[in-house]
Amino acid sequence: MAKSVEDLPYIPLMSESSAVNKTGVWRVIRPIVNQEECNQCYTCWKFCPDVAIQIDEEGNILIDYDHCKGCGICEAVCPKNCIEMVKEE
Amino acid sequence: MIQIRFHGRGGQGSVVASNILAAAAFLEEKWVQSFPFFGVERRGAPVTAYTKIDDKPIWDRSEITEPDYVIVLDASLVAVVDVTHGLKENGMVLLNSESKPEDIELGDGFRIATVDATEVAVAHGLGSKSAPIVNSAILGAFSKASGEVDIKSLEASILKMAPAKHKENAAAALEAYEKVQF
Amino acid sequence: MPMDVMTGNSAQAYGAKLARAEVVAAYPITPQTTVVEKLADLVASGEMKSQYIKVESEHSAMAACIAASATGARAYTATAAHGLALMHEMLIWAAGSRLPIVMGNINRAMAPPWSVWADYQDSIAERDTGWMQFYCQNNQEVLDTVIQAYKVAENHDILLPAMVMEDAFYLSHTFEPVDVPPQKDVDDFLPPYDPPIKLDVDNPVGLWALVPPDHYMEFRFKIAKAMEDSRKVIQEVDEEWEKKFGRSHGGLVERYRMEDADAAIIAAGTMSSTARVAVDNMRDKGKKVGLARLRVFRPFPYEEIRQIAKEVDSIGVLDRSYTFGHGGAFYTETAGALYQAPERPHVKNYVIGIGGRDIPPKEIEGILEKVLSKEDGGEVEWWGLRTSGSREVN
Repeated sequence: MAKSVEDLPYIPLMSESSAVNKTGVWRVIRPIVNQEECNQCYTCWKFCPDVAIQIDEEGNILIDYDHCKGCGICEAVCPKNCIEMVKEE
Repeated sequence: MIQIRFHGRGGQGSVVASNILAAAAFLEEKWVQSFPFFGVERRGAPVTAYTKIDDKPIWDRSEITEPDYVIVLDASLVAVVDVTHGLKENGMVLLNSESKPEDIELGDGFRIATVDATEVAVAHGLGSKSAPIVNSAILGAFSKASGEVDIKSLEASILKMAPAKHKENAAAALEAYEKVQF
Repeated sequence: MPMDVMTGNSAQAYGAKLARAEVVAAYPITPQTTVVEKLADLVASGEMKSQYIKVESEHSAMAACIAASATGARAYTATAAHGLALMHEMLIWAAGSRLPIVMGNINRAMAPPWSVWADYQDSIAERDTGWMQFYCQNNQEVLDTVIQAYKVAENHDILLPAMVMEDAFYLSHTFEPVDVPPQKDVDDFLPPYDPPIKLDVDNPVGLWALVPPDHYMEFRFKIAKAMEDSRKVIQEVDEEWEKKFGRSHGGLVERYRMEDADAAIIAAGTMSSTARVAVDNMRDKGKKVGLARLRVFRPFPYEEIRQIAKEVDSIGVLDRSYTFGHGGAFYTETAGALYQAPERPHVKNYVIGIGGRDIPPKEIEGILEKVLSKEDGGEVEWWGLRTSGSREVN
């Protein structure tokens, strides 16, 4: 809802990081990682424009579906072709 | 208000001279203002600078058109620049020249003083024969010829403000103080 | 050193040093160069504790100041003419971000034709960026105003950047006496910068993000409101300065011999210093004239100008720049303020001193005579323009 001039701070301010914006809802196709084929080169991790690819303790790739917008860059850059974009249901 | 106009060539130190003179008068508790007319200030090109000295704050910031004194750091400028333009009746021109004042022909209605500031500067190792830095010497001569600022104040401000060779510059001022003819 | 002789550019540098500017980012340009040379000397010698950032352009200088100020550091820069123009985008960014950066601008004419001499075209072209603008008339005012400007700018009701103007050569390279106040007294006057919101790695925030039409207007209104409120703060800060240091610079508009004046001129910068001599000469002849010095152009002191309009029958506005509309900026804004005023005196614009053309007292006396007579026709006149019919063509 629109705020009044009195209620707004003196500059546009987000008091939390942009992680609060759950951009995952924008997604129409989702990346699925074939963990058997993945050799953990992390090329996808470097290229993801939304920092939505994480690495777990064992070194496996994890997709943060709360923030992944489904752009498909990870699929395009994967040298092993082990990421596949599938239609959201 | 006493108004002094400097004529020199780029590299001779006219602008620094106008500032050192102002600083010397300031030491005598005067109000001062000095500034260059910033032209194409390249080595050898004609340069003009101004110093104003008064007992009260100086509000007029315009250029000096009717000086009480004109200081010419290079006598050859006389052929190129109208150095006495606007000079007040009975004002004074101080020239860096080997000639005696009575041999200088610049016109009537004002006094002439001369000093061989080039010889003095070179003797003190200030610049070279082709490009002597004569500003400290000519200021020493101005102190004696005009009586407007004490040589002691001048010496103090040279020692504080000369960009290099402080002692040599002060010594040059003292020597020119003794040698000026008027 | 309580009293010393120094140039206006040294006075800028000492102002920044006394204000304890923590970050200096600047790029040299005539006639500003000696400001940054002096600051570089002061930082290199350890006399001034500051981060000196070398940059490759004025646009980058302002970008660095914005970043520094956003983290809560007091930032300073200086420029002139084309350097200021190159900063244009970043000037708007600094003001919109509400960062109290202080910048010296050594007023120099814009090319072409190429010029290094004084006029106000550079800063007038930036009047709508949201920066406060102070125009100084002597080196003492330059030093004092740099410190005052931080105090105004950092006030939590204001939070706007400020330019402190000096006329090229007429102040920048002019030696004259300046009283340098003790650091301790300046520290008492100007506490450390403490912004309400800042970038801090321990408490991350996102600033200045995209604002949709729902709220953009409200944020811009806040800048306008802060600028309006700064009129009172500038006045108060100058009064506080006078109490502490014994000299005032006139707040927004400095009045000189305005008592019982029939006519007045409005002018700024060094020409208003010279204008005092012209006013004195006219008063000696029994002519009732006065001077209103526009010390501040942003915020615009419309109330002070309406007050002057109540007191005199005729006003001449002297502009050292031109808008390429209908007159100089000081004139158009004066005329704009007076249209809504109950009293509207005769007002005429004199465009003068463009590109550093010297302004001796007799020229201003000539204008004062015309203003006093009220018989001077036309609205805008380029005073002293050399035409084939003018009296003195060199």
